[in-house]
Amino acid sequence: MASVVPLKEKKLLEVKLGELPSWILMRDFTPSGIAGAFQRGYYRYYNKYVNVKKGSIAGLSMVLAAYVFLNYCRSYKELSESLLDCFASGGVSPDRVGLVHRLI
Amino acid sequence: MNENLFTSFITPMMLGLPLVTLIILFPSLLFPSSNRLINNRLISLQQWALQLMSKQMMSIHNTKGQTWTLMLMSLILFIGSTNLLGLLPHSFTPTTQLSMNLGMAIPLWAGAVITGFRNKTKASLAHFLPQGTPTPLIPMLVIIETISLFIQPMALAVRLTANITAGHLLIHLIGGATLALTSISPTTALITFIILILLTILEFAVAMIQAYVFTLLVSLYLHDNT
Repeated sequence: MASVVPLKEKKLLEVKLGELPSWILMRDFTPSGIAGAFQRGYYRYYNKYVNVKKGSIAGLSMVLAAYVFLNYCRSYKELSESLLDCFASGGVSPDRVGLVHRLI
Repeated sequence: MNENLFTSFITPMMLGLPLVTLIILFPSLLFPSSNRLINNRLISLQQWALQLMSKQMMSIHNTKGQTWTLMLMSLILFIGSTNLLGLLPHSFTPTTQLSMNLGMAIPLWAGAVITGFRNKTKASLAHFLPQGTPTPLIPMLVIIETISLFIQPMALAVRLTANITAGHLLIHLIGGATLALTSISPTTALITFIILILLTILEFAVAMIQAYVFTLLVSLYLHDNT
């Protein structure tokens, strides 16, 4: 190889597996570094999918899908607990048990 | 019945950190700023909608009232986008919280009223007594008009909260009923499902209408006072 690129300036896909821990530790974890990372990520997405001549609904939909997914992750615990209650009371949510008993 | 239904209205926190701040800031991601004369489709659509709304809403005001254009346009965009995002599954709608709607309504109403009292004191005070009231009724009417003035911000906030919360609750209830009915009587479940579809369409409309109404009323209070 004619020139050796220092570890710090390599992109993630160019880093070899053995160098990965030291590469991660060398990243900039200051607040301005993290803010910069978010900004770069935002502009990467924006310029690829939205800021194009013939952008489609997909650019916006992927953002909304990610929003839905993140909210699902946030409320996973409550949902799984309410599902447990539902299966415990025979396939009906526990607050509707009385209603279903009256209907049958 | 109660606990299960209202869990979606609890302010989201994660490990003690207020996640709700991020959720309130999220709609700003969907409105990028423009650098150019001709923009991409998203920005062009938003600019068209913004022009339509500002022409429709701010044309009744005089020069002094039109200085509020930026405030009112960002208000209608914020409420509209927040309400529409709240219709996505599992999402949290900040406008269901009375605290937030009061925080929007009271400063805007107070700003309009105080502007009126400072700049056109006589005209603002004259609003407390409608023209042509019989003399014996004057004291009572002044009291009633004062009460109706002070109830304006409360009504603004409670209207928005109640409409959005009621819509979300109805969707939860009818959706739950559809699920419960599928095992008992599939025909009734189908009817309930159709009702759910119609309700969702209504909720989309309500989301946008409520934003419009909120902003329109603030602009009316402004018009009275400039």
